[in-house]
Amino acid sequence: MEILLFGITREIVGQSKLTLPASENITTVKALKNWLGNQYPAIQGLTSLAVAVDNEYVQDDDVLSGHHEIALIPPVSGG
Amino acid sequence: MLIKVVEQIDLNEAYAYLRSPDAGAVNLFIGTVRNHSKGKEVVRLDFEAYDAMAIQQMQHVADEAAAKWPLCKLAMIHAIGAKDPGEPVVVVGVSSAHREASFEACRFLIDELKKTVPIWKKEFYEDNSVWINAHP
Repeated sequence: MEILLFGITREIVGQSKLTLPASENITTVKALKNWLGNQYPAIQGLTSLAVAVDNEYVQDDDVLSGHHEIALIPPVSGG
Repeated sequence: MLIKVVEQIDLNEAYAYLRSPDAGAVNLFIGTVRNHSKGKEVVRLDFEAYDAMAIQQMQHVADEAAAKWPLCKLAMIHAIGAKDPGEPVVVVGVSSAHREASFEACRFLIDELKKTVPIWKKEFYEDNSVWINAHP
């Protein structure tokens, strides 16, 4: 599963795309956030962290699958 | 509806799109780069967008505004890249028969854009830089 990264999350991880090891068996948004928080503790210091699948926001208990475009959305600051 | 993410804002393009013979009001809000933030001098801003999702989320906001107010036309344009103090970075605007709808819809567009559209701003000061809203 590949995750697109933007803004501060891209800087924390150090790359613009993150490939999750299949062995981790991450199937929900919540599991993804937990894994990221463990791998990259700086992510836990953000004011919020959202996840988008195919350009729409998803909730913590939503299920992820490898066939969609998944992105991390750190706190937005447009305008 | 005119919805896009661009390198450079063209105010004339927004106005040319919005003007309409059936409109009695055209309202444009222009967000610009401010040269100070929380007491520090800002020398530059960098904007980054998740383009496809930004367009889609702007479309949601635009659809919501169009459902709430009787609008003739609607535009939302956001800039990305490096911007200097004074430069425009976002334009939202509508045209409508009467001015109340134009004022209200315009404010709604910019307020909602700032809440949900995946665009990020990094402020550069003389000595460091910060992603806005990222930390408490």
